[in-house]
Formats: sequence, structure tokens, C-alpha cells
Amino acid sequence: METTTIAAIRKDESERRQVYLEDARFAWRPSECDVIDIDRFEVGRGERLFIAGPSGSGKSTLLSLLGGVVVPREGRVEVLGTDLSKMPGRDRDHFRADHVGIVFQMFNLVPYLSMADNIMLPCRFSHRRRQRAQARSTSVKADAMRLLADLELDRPALLARPVTDLSIGQQQRVAVARALIGSPEIVIADEPTSALDEGTRERFLELLFRECDTEDTTLLFVSHDARLGRLFSRCVLLDDLNNATTEAFT
Amino acid sequence: MAIIRLALKSVWNRRVTAGLTVLAIGLSVAMLLGVEKLRRDAREGFANTISGTDLIVGARSGAVQLLLYSVFRIGSATNNISWKSYLDITQHPRVKWTVPLSLGDAHRGYRVLGTTLDYFERYRYAGGEPLRFATGKPFNDVFDAVLGAEAAERLGYALGDDIIIAHGAGDVSLIEHDDKPFRVSGILARTGTPVDRTVHVSLAGIEAMHADWRSGMPVPGQRVSADDAREMDLTPEAITAFLVGLDSKIAVFALQRHINEYKGEALLATIPGVALQELWDLMGVAENALRILSLLVVTTGLLGMLTMILSSLEARRREMAVLRSVGARPLHIFGLFMSEAGLLALLGVGAGVLLLYGIILMGRPIAAREFGLYLPIGLPQARDFMVLGIVVLAGFVVGGVPALRAYRLSLADGLSMTV
Ligand SMILES: Nc1ncnc2c1ncn2[C@@H]1O[C@H](COP(=O)(O)OP(=O)(O)OP(=O)(O)O)[C@@H](O)[C@H]1O
Ligand SMILES: [Mg+2]
Repeated sequence: METTTIAAIRKDESERRQVYLEDARFAWRPSECDVIDIDRFEVGRGERLFIAGPSGSGKSTLLSLLGGVVVPREGRVEVLGTDLSKMPGRDRDHFRADHVGIVFQMFNLVPYLSMADNIMLPCRFSHRRRQRAQARSTSVKADAMRLLADLELDRPALLARPVTDLSIGQQQRVAVARALIGSPEIVIADEPTSALDEGTRERFLELLFRECDTEDTTLLFVSHDARLGRLFSRCVLLDDLNNATTEAFT
Repeated sequence: MAIIRLALKSVWNRRVTAGLTVLAIGLSVAMLLGVEKLRRDAREGFANTISGTDLIVGARSGAVQLLLYSVFRIGSATNNISWKSYLDITQHPRVKWTVPLSLGDAHRGYRVLGTTLDYFERYRYAGGEPLRFATGKPFNDVFDAVLGAEAAERLGYALGDDIIIAHGAGDVSLIEHDDKPFRVSGILARTGTPVDRTVHVSLAGIEAMHADWRSGMPVPGQRVSADDAREMDLTPEAITAFLVGLDSKIAVFALQRHINEYKGEALLATIPGVALQELWDLMGVAENALRILSLLVVTTGLLGMLTMILSSLEARRREMAVLRSVGARPLHIFGLFMSEAGLLALLGVGAGVLLLYGIILMGRPIAAREFGLYLPIGLPQARDFMVLGIVVLAGFVVGGVPALRAYRLSLADGLSMTV
């Protein structure tokens, strides 16, 4: 009786659990020492998690692990209940296309594609996200336009412009639209605000939160700027998680 | 499919550098195909220009030179042959027919050929085709002229028009025989041989033009009117060359020897096929040199493409990381760079074909005028498609170098955007 309850709770917990790391160790090269050494780390569904850490502490590396771009030397990296470390590279790329949206610090856009084409990119690599975008607004293009409108980027003058002529803030909003199209379960943002000024930064975060809320998307946000942490539902310091000694400046 | 679209847009985005690369490849491909086409057309054209003639006879020089000036109207004879020698040889029992050729005058850039009516009967081209009249008839007056199709068309002459013939074969002739105009009596149908570019008159006509001339210059104070000229003895003293047809092919070598050993004057008799072969052998060396050169030029074009793609690679590492982040596999990145290289090579080849046809269209009149070469527009041949295929393939192979580098970089970089 009691065991079933515990099992039920465990099951419920693992369903809520979207990201789970266990004894994950990673080094960029076999000869180098570990950049990531995390015993246990989990993120629940719909969480807005802020990961802070100084430059060089391994924040981007952690996100690469979660995105399935690299695999740990040992241990588990589970995303949506799937252990990425056991997957062949091709399936991990597929998995990332289907379930993870990524926003970088800057230079997020493919320079030769229009704003709408940039946003639709994930739907070209993921059947699932294409279908979900279509289900939501009849066509992928329409969904891209919906997101542009949500992010206040639908002015005709902007749409006609090459993406390289957009301001950094506008580029970052396009990148958010791209991360969100086709409603992936997880959005990973690697210091997307570091190139923005303070006012723009707050507005950008508001937009990001609002969009993530509508789809109950889990947001993993890394930054070296710990002051942003107060806006998030949970805040962790990478150094608290990570046993690896990095060459980070402290 | 997504990757091909990306490649198209990426190339379009860099259309200036890409355009220059395509142009470089295009020019090299045009050269490669052009050399091949020139070779083919020259051989075909030359082989088609004369047929049914057993021997060509002229003053002693090289067989190739004789063939070139007598049949192709390229260059000129160093010596004439006397009318007496010509008559002697026509008397030979094996000789069935002869056609005397007297060259040296021109009409507005078109060579004037003095000959007899036998020319229209006996001259054969393209494997036995006789000459046909588009309008009019052969000359029967001293001052009649028969125009080749192109000469008539270009100069805008119709039947009955007067033409004034200048001395010397050049484009611009200073001394014109303006006191003795010729009348167009006939225009020949197009043959695709130097005949099209020739003005034909009778041997007597050539003599009449020069009635008041001595050693290539007009005699001062002495004018012979056209009517006076008609009354004179217009038998030529010399001709440039003549064509010979025999009653049996077996006699060719015997007669050739007979003419080459002719006592009266130093003559040369050559079999057209043999002279052509000699010409091919001469051209072969130049052809091979050109071929090697054009291969080198193609290599340069492709290396230009390699340089362009490789040098853009560093700047595109961010783009590669972005593509990886939206789910592109390293293989997609490889494919993107391969597609771009392939696209450039394909466009280059396309541009090359267009350029070649453009050059042919523009160069046709010049090639015909200067070299007696008739370049047909014709579709590319199987061999050309093979050459084009090989160039595209080489483009892909060359594209493999940056593609492989991009593949490795995208594996190593992952999502890091440190560059
Ligand atoms: N692609 C890579 N190849 C090899 N080493 C790398 C790569 N990316 C990062 N590293 C190394 O891993 C360590 C952690 O780097 P990482 O980029 O994860 O830090 P970070 O916390 O994101 O820093 P920042 O705040 O400056 O972005 C550094 O020592 C870095 O040199
Ligand atoms: Mg980083």
C-alpha cells in the first residue's frame, strides 16, 4: 500500500521532471579536466530557472549538454525522460530540433534569411514542431507572423528589412520567436540579454516570460549577471552544483 | 531539401562574390568548350569545303599553303603559274576536267575569284554537293560577276547591280577599278564554305580589269575603257592555281608525279585529303596546347571558388552554430557547403555555355572573314555534356574541402559561439 503510493509519487515526480542530471561529468577534450561534474540536478515542468555563474564556469557547456550537442563522459543527462547520453548523435540532433528551443547571447540569426524564415527554421528540421505550428495557426508562416506580432515585431518596415539591419534587441526577440515556434517543451537561453541595455533587458525578459507561460514552457536561463535572478521562479549558482574546478575568475 | 533552399539563399546573399566566382568558372568553361568546338568545326568545315577534286595544282610551295590559298582563301600565293603550263597539263590524257583559279583582287573585303564556267559545274563541297544558283545565272559577259550568298547578303546586292572591284586582297584597297564596273549576273545559294564569301568573275574579266595595268600598277596616262577592253585579247598570261579531276582515281599518283616533275616551271600538285591531313597534324600541336591551357584555366576557376568558400568559413561559424541549435546535424552543415559549391559549379557551367554561344554569335563573322571558318551554332554534343559533367563533378570534389572543414568545425564548436 505504502510502496505503491511512493511509486505513484515517484512517477508523478518523474513526469513533472523535464531535466535530470545524475553524476554527469564532461570534459571538452579527454586530456583536459572536467568542466562539468554534477551529482544531481533537476528542473521541473514549467519552471523558470536562472543559472548564474562567472565567465568560464561552464554555463554554456551545461546548456550544450542539455541540448544534446555534446554527451557526458559518464553519468546521465535526461531530458523529458530520455537519456541523451545513450543516444547516437543523429537522434540527439533530432531530439533537440523537436523539443528544445535555443537563444544565444547574440548573432542569433542566419544573415541571409528574412525575419520570418529565421523564425521558421526549426520547423524545417523538425516535423513535430512544424505540425504543432500548423495546428496552432493553420500554417507555419502564419504562426511565425503570430509570434512576430506577440513580440511587437510585425511592423511592415521591419519585415522588409534584412535581419542584419535589426537592432540587437530586435534580433534577440526574433531569436525568442524562433525558440518558441512549434512549442518545444524546453527553452534554453544563453545570456540573451547581455548585449541589451537595462530597460530593453527588462522588457525582453517580460516578453520571454509571457511567451513561456502561454505554453507552460520550461525556461533555462544562464547569465553571469546574478541581479537578474530575482525575476525567476528559481535561482541556482552553477558553482554550487558543479564540483568541477574551473578556471573561472572569482 | 531545407538545405538546398538555404544554400540558394546563402549564395544569393553573397551574389557579388558568388557572381564573380561563377563568371570565372563560366569563362574557363567557355574556353574549354570553345577550344573543343573550334577544333571540331574547323575540321568539319575544312573537310566539307572541297570534294570531288583529285588534285590541286599551284606554284611550288607547301601543300598546306596551296590548299589554304586556293580553296580556303587564306593567305595568298607567292607565285603564279603560267597559262601555258596550265594548258599543257589539261592536255594530259587522264585529265577529265580542270578549273583555273585566279586570285588577288577583292571587293569590299570579299575575295574576287577569276575562273571559268567549269567552276560552277565541277566544284563540289560537303561530300559531293554541287553549287546552286539562288538567283540569276553564271557569268557570260566579261563584266559579269557571280556573288557568293554571304557577299551578296552583306553588301546588299541584287541581280543587275553594279560593283566596283579593287586591286589587292585587303579589306581597304586604295586602287579601285572604278572605270570598269561589273554587273551581278547571279547569286549562289549558301554553302557554308568560303564560296559564300567570294565574288566570281570570268578569267577574261580579271584580264579586262587589268588591261591598262602593268606589274600591278595602273600605267599613268593610259586608260582603257570598258568597251575597248572587250575588244582586246583577254587570254590570261598566268593564273594562281587550278583544280583537276581525273577520269580514274588510279591515275592520281602518276599524274601528281608528272606535274611535280613538270619541266616548264616549278609546280606542285597535291591531293586535297593529304594536304588536309597535313593541316590537321600542324593544328594538332596547337590544339593540344590550347586544351592543356584551358584545363589549367578551369582549375584556376575552381580554385577561385575554393578560396571564396574557405575564406567565408570563419565568418560563418556563428551561422553554423545557429543552424546546429535549431536541429541541423553536422551532416546538414556538410550538405549546405557542398550544395553551395555544387550550385556555383552548376551556375558556372551554365554561364560558360551561355558565354560560349554569345562569343560564337559575335565571333562568327570575324572567324569567317579572317580564317574562312564557318562556326555553326549547333547544340552541344555528347562530348561537351561529358566535359560539363566532369567540371560540375570537380566542383563538388573541390567543394568537399570546405564542407569537410565546416563539418569538423560544427562538431567541435557545438553550440559555443566563442568565435
Ligand atoms: N567548444 C569548445 N571546445 C573546447 N573547449 C571549450 C569549448 N567551449 C567551452 N570550452 C571551455 O570550457 C570551459 C567553460 O566554458 P563555457 O563556455 O561553458 O563557460 P561559460 O560559463 O559559458 O562562460 P561565459 O560566461 O564567458 O560564456 C572554458 O574553459 C572553455 O574554454
Ligand atoms: Mg557562455
